[in-house]
Amino acid sequence: MKLLGLAIVAVTGAFLIWATGEFPDWGDPHSPASLHVSPRYIEKTLEETSVPNAVTSVLADYRGYDTMFETTVIFAAGVSCFILLRLFGKEEPDTVHYRHLLTGLTIRVRRKREGLEQLGEFERMDSVWTPHDLILRTLSRFLIPFIQLFALYVIAHGHHSPGGGFQGGVILGASLILMAISQDMKSALDRLGERTLAMLSAIGVSVYAGTGALCLVLGSNFLDYAALAEIFRVDPVEARSLGIFLVEVGVGIAVMATMILIYHNLASQGRLDEGL
Amino acid sequence: MTEHLPALIVVVPLLTSFLIFALGWLKKDLCFPVGLFGLAVAASSCMGLLLRVMRWGPVTYKLGGWEAPWGIVYVVDTLNGMVLAAVAFSALIQWIWSGPSVKRHFQDRLGALYGLQMLFVTGLLGMTVTGDAFNLYVLLEIASITAYALIAMGPERASLSSLNYVFMGTLGACFYLLGVGYLYIMTGTLNMADLARLITGLHGSRAIQVAFIITMVGLWLKMAFFPLHGWLPNAYTHAPYPISGLIAPLMTKVMVYVMIRIDLNVFGPVYSFEKMGLEKAVMWLAVLAVIMGSIMALAQKDLKRMLTYVILIEVGYMVGGFWLGNKSGMTGALLHLLNDVFMTLCAFLAVGNLLYRLPGCSFPELKGAFSKMPFTMGALVATALSIVGVPPTCGFFSKWYLLLGALEAEHYGFLAALIFSSLVGVVLFFRVFEWAFFSTQEHEEGEHHLSHTFQEAPVQMVVPVLLVAGGLVVLGVFSGEIVSGIVEPVIPLTFS
Amino acid sequence: MEDALQLIISKYNYWIYITLMMIGLWGVIAKNNLVKKIVGMSIFQTAIILFFVSMGMKKGATIPILLHGHAAHSSPHAAEYINPLPHVLMLTAIVVAVSTLGVALALAVKVYRRYGTLEEDEILEQIRKS
Repeated sequence: MKLLGLAIVAVTGAFLIWATGEFPDWGDPHSPASLHVSPRYIEKTLEETSVPNAVTSVLADYRGYDTMFETTVIFAAGVSCFILLRLFGKEEPDTVHYRHLLTGLTIRVRRKREGLEQLGEFERMDSVWTPHDLILRTLSRFLIPFIQLFALYVIAHGHHSPGGGFQGGVILGASLILMAISQDMKSALDRLGERTLAMLSAIGVSVYAGTGALCLVLGSNFLDYAALAEIFRVDPVEARSLGIFLVEVGVGIAVMATMILIYHNLASQGRLDEGL
Repeated sequence: MTEHLPALIVVVPLLTSFLIFALGWLKKDLCFPVGLFGLAVAASSCMGLLLRVMRWGPVTYKLGGWEAPWGIVYVVDTLNGMVLAAVAFSALIQWIWSGPSVKRHFQDRLGALYGLQMLFVTGLLGMTVTGDAFNLYVLLEIASITAYALIAMGPERASLSSLNYVFMGTLGACFYLLGVGYLYIMTGTLNMADLARLITGLHGSRAIQVAFIITMVGLWLKMAFFPLHGWLPNAYTHAPYPISGLIAPLMTKVMVYVMIRIDLNVFGPVYSFEKMGLEKAVMWLAVLAVIMGSIMALAQKDLKRMLTYVILIEVGYMVGGFWLGNKSGMTGALLHLLNDVFMTLCAFLAVGNLLYRLPGCSFPELKGAFSKMPFTMGALVATALSIVGVPPTCGFFSKWYLLLGALEAEHYGFLAALIFSSLVGVVLFFRVFEWAFFSTQEHEEGEHHLSHTFQEAPVQMVVPVLLVAGGLVVLGVFSGEIVSGIVEPVIPLTFS
Repeated sequence: MEDALQLIISKYNYWIYITLMMIGLWGVIAKNNLVKKIVGMSIFQTAIILFFVSMGMKKGATIPILLHGHAAHSSPHAAEYINPLPHVLMLTAIVVAVSTLGVALALAVKVYRRYGTLEEDEILEQIRKS
């Protein structure tokens, strides 16, 4: 198999490289890709959408339809991880471990005793208990709010600097995953439960599709933000900029929720009790 | 509102899928009706769009208000329209049919399952209606990712089969993306009509040749064309039976449509058929696909697995018919696309009915099926007649055009393959019906605990199957109108 | 000799990315371990993304965020900014690659749950025996 694989790979690679002889040189400003469609994006983005970041305006306005489906892809991945891995129903193990808080001793009891936890000196350990590191926990608690603030900045500044919904959404999701890693998954799930996350991911994508549908209802084509000018009481160019911002917010919410959902399902193998 | 039909076709199922997923967490009982409503709107929009295009010619729709090639446009002609209507109605019928079986097996994750099913249909509809090469890739990935997850919901071997499908499917989609990339480097645009215009000036270019081959290989990986078919039998056999009723009729056929669209409307018939000179190689691969599929189908002892090999044979027909390069062959291929959606739908829904009542559908387990489940087996008989090609079912007419095309092109290999596979089809289904017809005494005495559940499937599952079986005959009777109204306008005039 | 050198200098980016793609492709086809196959698939997709991004480069141009405000010149010239379209397309492709990776890993977890191993030959052995 390995020899066959090597042969296939060598033939395919040679075939692909043979074709590059006709490609434009690297960095050629007169290549077809640089001359045909994209100059309009660069030259007209300010006057047609009032967004200086050409990548954002192409992503969310000129080719906004693709981006809606891109968000749907990430939503589908989150739902897929959920549907494949999720195991409902807690299984009570036969032996339960408790840790004595003062001395750090671990005791193992055959059957769960309710009174032990209420004494206040014992803490229940799950079967996949991970040690809590004081430095990691404290440092993360300090960092997470700033990370989230930065994420919101990235989402909001997608118009003027590199950024946008996807990037900010991933950073937001990463902040909560950091909490799940540094503390434990249960505290992360206390902050944003599984049901809230699922609803948020659906709501985020619906904001995007809903903005498009709103344009449809107002009489223009789907995702034609100029139609929103009536609602926002601005001129059509400003309306495009606002429309782009609206969909970026939707994307950010959806990506955040989906990233956290995927992490929870993968790391805990569907049980959502404790992960890495 | 009617000028927004092309957008509604994709947007309504999309929004419905998000709603269904949310409802799965709030109120599970609403998932089925909401989805039914969404698919009904999509199906009626598709039918309306098809009728409109048949009467007034192709429809273009600019998304975001930007004209091509700066924005994404939807272009609908009769080929599109036909595939859209077929996909939407097939999905609608499967949705209605799947109610009892999904409730029995997937009650705890109903919202997620129905949401993924709806997203799969959205991906297919979007792939069919788009006129932009990169948009096609994104929607292809939506359909593929949901298909991977849905197939893996089955028992036992489903996860490994789905993982193999992930590998091969992702390779296929990435090859397609690479092909689009090569085209973009040489032309600078992604819109299909614009690409067609620019490619006419680039016929001698090596990069365009490589782009053509890479794109074709990617699409063949996804439509399970021999020799890149390894993923299909395992994936479709081990998928849960409600899901195989959704995916099996649709996925490969839409990929055949994509291949036809790219060859005719992006590269152009002149380039695809004359300049490239690939037809001989592809025709022999198609002949091999049909023959190998028939032989492998003969070796199977399980009805569902046998039907997956029949899918391989049908893909061989369609690819071979298209690449024959004459009008009859192309008519046969396009007509077969439409017919095969409904033939496969009927077959897999009937098998689903059997699996709802029986623990498995290997041949010995089918004993007595004719007396206990007469309606389901009747529909299976109709499907068998259509697959073999007996008039007045639709399968006869598309096979007739394929035979004509092979005769005209004097490709006797393909002719022999067509006849061979039809004969094999007779043997295959005769075996199945032989097992199902005779119920022996020992079966009735020894399996008492089974006999009280071995009855006809619930009405919600039987009526759709019978409807599709009747539809096979209706499609056959109206073949003439379908060919003249829908298929012929699409075939380029350069073919005699 | 000079021609060959000229060819290499102007096209080497494409060749490097195609080589990366082939490494990933070999991983998917020839490796036995399921996670290694997933890694190979990921390398393949990433190499395609890099290939696309390198298409958009223009010599002497800056990132496609127009200078505006007090730094603005007159109307922007396309030659001053690199091509934004491949970047946009690849944002989508990155998201698709991540999603495929997530689903593939979830499937690998499911396979491990069922068979207890991630080596494909051992799994096929178990399937054959049952």
